[in-house]
Amino acid sequence: MKRLALVLCISGLALGAGVSFAGEEAIVLRDAPGRDLTLARCAICHSVDYIETNAPVLDRAGWEKTIRKMIDRYGAPISDADAREILDYLGAQYSATR
Amino acid sequence: MVSRRVVTGALLAGSAGSIIAAPGTPPTTPLAALPGKKPLLKRTFRPPNYETPLADLRTPHTRNDAFFVRYHLANIPDIDARAWRLQIGGESIGRPAALSLEDLKRGFERVSVTAVCQCSGNRRGLVTPRVPGVQWGYGAMGNARWTGVRLRDVLREAGLRAGAVEVAFDGADAAVLPTTPDFAKSLPIERALDEHVLIAFEMNGEPLPRWNGAPARLVVPGWTATYWVKHLADIRVEPRPFDGFWMKSAYRVPAGLFPAAPFPGQATRQTVPITEIVVNSLVTSHVDGDRLARGAPAILHGWAWDGGSGIAAVEVSLDGGHSWRDAALGEDMGPYSWRGFQWPLDTRQAGPIEAAVRARARNGAVQPDTLVANPAGYHHNVIQELALEVL
Repeated sequence: MKRLALVLCISGLALGAGVSFAGEEAIVLRDAPGRDLTLARCAICHSVDYIETNAPVLDRAGWEKTIRKMIDRYGAPISDADAREILDYLGAQYSATR
Repeated sequence: MVSRRVVTGALLAGSAGSIIAAPGTPPTTPLAALPGKKPLLKRTFRPPNYETPLADLRTPHTRNDAFFVRYHLANIPDIDARAWRLQIGGESIGRPAALSLEDLKRGFERVSVTAVCQCSGNRRGLVTPRVPGVQWGYGAMGNARWTGVRLRDVLREAGLRAGAVEVAFDGADAAVLPTTPDFAKSLPIERALDEHVLIAFEMNGEPLPRWNGAPARLVVPGWTATYWVKHLADIRVEPRPFDGFWMKSAYRVPAGLFPAAPFPGQATRQTVPITEIVVNSLVTSHVDGDRLARGAPAILHGWAWDGGSGIAAVEVSLDGGHSWRDAALGEDMGPYSWRGFQWPLDTRQAGPIEAAVRARARNGAVQPDTLVANPAGYHHNVIQELALEVL
């Protein structure tokens, strides 16, 4: 199945990988610096309701740990600079201590 | 597809004077429907994680279209059952095979088992202090009659050799990125050869729904659902422990914290794989805060289950956990099924009823009155408490 996954990724179709995920397009992340990058990176693999649902659970340190987990364990293609921008966005907009 | 109606999970507010620790409350979430499913509590769209509402947990067998859905990875194929093949191989297999659904149905004895399928992280949304992950309420579980063939029959037919240590299972679902660890699980050979472990292709007498693992999934009665690999594609038997992210790094609990079936090949001194479901119960007739009409009949009922020893008793307290009495038990549908209980509430006098329910398993385990905390929020089985009021 990995070959299929690669094709989807390379062709940029990851967001539309299935017809079965109707509904997620209605999720709107808060408008603030870093939102577009956060959406572009995180939504490669998952809908961003994952962000909303974990917002009451994670503070900035928790988000930092989570972003590192996505990169180090799940292989998310996020550069260090992008990771900082995403952390600033999530820490400011979706943090339990916001 | 998303209903605007926001559904509140059953809330559990601790009440004054109770000796039971106040649990958290599950987060609210909208209803949404996957194709072929009725609207369920949508936790996440992609990968799809949908929870069964309490109202759909009142039947002995949870309906297929209401059964919870849980995925880690978002590439979920819609498999043509006629073209599907299950690969059987590995060093400990003498005659590797590629079996069709017809091969399974015609070549092996057909067996059924009624069993609870419960996510390891069911009720994570109730854990305090809160932990990251899918914030499940009560419904990442269900009870169904699973039908298929015994895994051990298939492995023996494929020439199972002596010296096998683990059996690894890979499903056809996959990650979006090739850098993400594919979801694969293993079982110790002893458990894999248990007569109740099935390669199942039916659920409640119907073909498995797409979102519950069509055309065939593993059924490991008594063990948490992480082992019930969906869309089975490849089974490998090896004379060594399986090395995979979802065994080595995920679905683990601190060593010694929960008494459960051992998994020696995957244990370290610090952590062990989660294995058996812990004893638990769920009130389905009422939720915390319900008001009862004075003088009207009211029966508290729900289910109790464990990892396969069976339910010995369900006790009800009406004074916040100070005194307990045995509820009436329903039909015994087998040790891996949940079992019903009921207790008639006295509604003759107005006033509060601090109801609590705890199950006792045949192996002696009892639901705890405080959470057994662990980093991933697994095995939430704290005694459920409901503050009711007769008006």
